[in-house]
Amino acid sequence: MSVEEFSPEIEQVYEQLKKEAEEGGYHLNPDKQFTLRLIQGLLTNEKRFGYRACPCRIAWGEKPKDIDIICPCYYRDSDLEEFGACYCGLYVSEEWIKGKVPRKSIPERRPAKFAIEGYSESKPSDQTGQVPNRLPYPVWRCKVCGYLCARPEPPGKCPVCKATKDRFERFM
Amino acid sequence: MNLTRISGTNKKHRVTLYALSTCGWCRRAKDLFNANNIEYDYIDVDLCVGEEREEVINQVQKLNPRVSFPTIQIDDSVVVGFDEERIKQLLEIK
Ligand code: SF4
Repeated sequence: MSVEEFSPEIEQVYEQLKKEAEEGGYHLNPDKQFTLRLIQGLLTNEKRFGYRACPCRIAWGEKPKDIDIICPCYYRDSDLEEFGACYCGLYVSEEWIKGKVPRKSIPERRPAKFAIEGYSESKPSDQTGQVPNRLPYPVWRCKVCGYLCARPEPPGKCPVCKATKDRFERFM
Repeated sequence: MNLTRISGTNKKHRVTLYALSTCGWCRRAKDLFNANNIEYDYIDVDLCVGEEREEVINQVQKLNPRVSFPTIQIDDSVVVGFDEERIKQLLEIK
């Protein structure tokens, strides 16, 4: 296989994602050619839809339907935990890098329903967790990485995984 | 549905690849077929619009209810995801 040429823009986004990943305790896939191709896919989707929809999933092009698969997706951390790599293979764990987990394509975790109809908010089924109702501030949860913070509004960007404000939910 | 045929010297099996143009694993499937001179038909589903898109998504759903990519049909078998070993086994290549 020949080595491909990638535009300076792609290389630049690669450097930025790599830096952000490492600051947050994540790792990009060290197979640089594979990673650059995925970033090329992310940028293609950004141009098409206005946001970086996951390159390995079919997107609707309507943000609310795709909100769970904007990179990094809501499924990344569970996949990293279970398989050592995210669904696309853009983010990988240290164990994966060290060759301690098999490197193969991993099953789709996103519910089939969302692929067919688009994302919809699931209703909290478990009402048992009683939350004190006099918290001085609401608690916000990042749906990508689970980061929690207590303040009047969610942060503009998640300090851990860099997800944007619209990907936070009220947790308490 | 507008499938693109990539001709190859190995025509032993009927191979259809439902792919996304942006996906790394779909790309790996194409690379594997090309490297082994496999003749195959493919369609980049994300590049389809309107009726064709609906038609092709319905087709993928029939083969793979999760509608994930790549979905590869080799004769009467369906491979979901880039399962290299399984693909090689079905194509009888090493
Ligand atoms: S984190 Fe991985 S699986 Fe999720 S959207 Fe990004 S590239 Fe795709």
